[in-house]
Amino acid sequence: MVTDALGRPGTVLVLGGRSDIGLAIAQALSPRTTLLAGRGCPIEFDADDVSSHQGVIDAVVAEHGDLDVVVLAFGVLGDQAVDEVDPSRAVAVMRTNLLGGVSAATVVANQLRAQGHGSLVVLSSVAGERVRRSNYVYGASKAGLDGFALGLGETLRGSGAKVLVVRPGFVHTKMTQALPKAPLATTPEKVAEVTRKGLASGAEVVWAPGALRFVMSVLRHVPRGLFRRLPV
Amino acid sequence: MTSLTGWGGTAPSTAEVLRPSSADEVAHALASAGARGLIARGLGRAYGDAAQNGGGQVLETHALQGLGPVVDGTITVGAGVSLDALLRHLVPQGWFVGVTPGTRYVTVGGAIASDIHGKNHHVDGGFCQWVERFTLAAPTGVLELTPEDDRFWATAGGMGLTGVVTQATLRLIPISSSGMAVTTDRTQDLDQALELLSTDDRYSVAWIDLLSASGRAVVGRGDHAEGNDLTYDPSPRLAMPPVPNLINALTVKAFNELWWRKAPKHHEGRESIATFFHPLDGVRSWNRVYGSGGFVQYQFVVPLDADAVLRDAVSALARAKAPTFLAVLKKLGPQPGLMSFPMPGWTLALDVPTALPGLATLLDGLDERVAAAGGRVYLSKDARLRPDLLAAMYPQLPRWQELQAALDPDGVLRSDLSRRLPLLARRQAPRGH
Repeated sequence: MVTDALGRPGTVLVLGGRSDIGLAIAQALSPRTTLLAGRGCPIEFDADDVSSHQGVIDAVVAEHGDLDVVVLAFGVLGDQAVDEVDPSRAVAVMRTNLLGGVSAATVVANQLRAQGHGSLVVLSSVAGERVRRSNYVYGASKAGLDGFALGLGETLRGSGAKVLVVRPGFVHTKMTQALPKAPLATTPEKVAEVTRKGLASGAEVVWAPGALRFVMSVLRHVPRGLFRRLPV
Repeated sequence: MTSLTGWGGTAPSTAEVLRPSSADEVAHALASAGARGLIARGLGRAYGDAAQNGGGQVLETHALQGLGPVVDGTITVGAGVSLDALLRHLVPQGWFVGVTPGTRYVTVGGAIASDIHGKNHHVDGGFCQWVERFTLAAPTGVLELTPEDDRFWATAGGMGLTGVVTQATLRLIPISSSGMAVTTDRTQDLDQALELLSTDDRYSVAWIDLLSASGRAVVGRGDHAEGNDLTYDPSPRLAMPPVPNLINALTVKAFNELWWRKAPKHHEGRESIATFFHPLDGVRSWNRVYGSGGFVQYQFVVPLDADAVLRDAVSALARAKAPTFLAVLKKLGPQPGLMSFPMPGWTLALDVPTALPGLATLLDGLDERVAAAGGRVYLSKDARLRPDLLAAMYPQLPRWQELQAALDPDGVLRSDLSRRLPLLARRQAPRGH
């Protein structure tokens, strides 16, 4: 379908259909049709099985027509303490978050370019904006994905298709329930609202909550010696 | 690749624009269209996405020109000819088009694809009832169609999805003067306006102030004046610069107040063709007044006996404080086109900036009332209709789909509109989306 004049998408596809944030975004956009893809979802999709991505997207398009918004929401947090000593576990985080993301984003971008319209929303993280000691495996995977998505957005300029990179801070979700709460913590609904506004205004990057944009622009430039002593 | 929107400036998509200059080039474009298909585009006055085709080709008809001589009260013209050019050619010779909408800046091809109506619809019918024949370049071949052929009435109001009209022969109205004899009345409420619109005047329309609780209106009725002055000079006097959004309930309320106050209680006089038919054409790019967020035009028709829905719509829009300039109210008559908008009933058209909070829900609710009453919304204006209501609003859709599929079996003709709404019959093997 096609996004209408009031910004309501015909079809939203969530890759990572069990993601709290992905679902909240789909709900906030109130599309005519929401498609959930992931393990155990109505559309079977395995982020790690990159060779299957093209087939999954082709089948969805054949069935439902144009994709108006695709939310790349899958990802794993990993277990930092284990991941930093077990190479196979560190690679597993990268395989899902980075390689899976790179593959799915490329497949989706090709489809949106061919359509001449549509938006790819990539869930990044402030953890990737300045990678820190406490979760550098996850952070590095998001740093890679974030950079890739920004570059992809540049290649789509003029095609009618767009990429929106969403950088949430700490979000209360299933994925983070075991973690201690961080400052400026937010909810999936708030991330979704920021995303909705970003799509409506044609933004390329948004932070959730919005104040993180300014926090991160400072943190990005803090010297390493000082940064490692900050409680972040 | 070019980014295109409709006149409302919403929901852009990118397409390859083709500019064929002959019927042969149109046929060639149809034969060599890619997987995303092709749609014709005239002057881009459809408000929504009817003349967009994301990822595919958009065929601009501007170069399909040609103005023949007037023969027995008819003229044969290229589909890319605008009503502006046509009127400049015809009025000094003592002829007028059978139907003109509220703007001269539409092409003959677009007028057929939308089967447009004017202020005389209740008396004279719609644009295609004044078309004697047209040439349709369909994917299955070039056809000469007359009103005896069902495919003529599938193309009338067919939103460009049956083919590309390249040339048409139009029946004309003889006039002895370029003046209009006009009666203007200011009414206190909607009832008075409905009454005045039910007279047998050839041309009639009402502008309603939706920001007043009463639905007060100014009603204009008229006909071509008698006389011998055929001078015609409709050039725009002003141009709208790009502006931030100036529209809010306050500025619009002030404008509407002024506009209603300045209208006489009752006045009979003369107006020019441009003033009477095309008031907005006096300001070039007037759509910019809504700012970069764009606007939607909502136009529906309900049967004459469903005027309760009309009243409810007027009060719902007034309650929502929709900052809408002068909604246009008019009586419509019957129409033979399978997908044509008009039906005997009341039509209301209004512009609303997309930024109005709750607009989507408000209009979705109105759609439901309109459909339940046996009415419909106008696809050439639409940019947000609930897809599930299309079939109820256009009961002849299945018959149209049969004719459409026969003219375009491989699905060459596509538009953003045809993707947003379930217009086309689902084919066994889709050609691509």
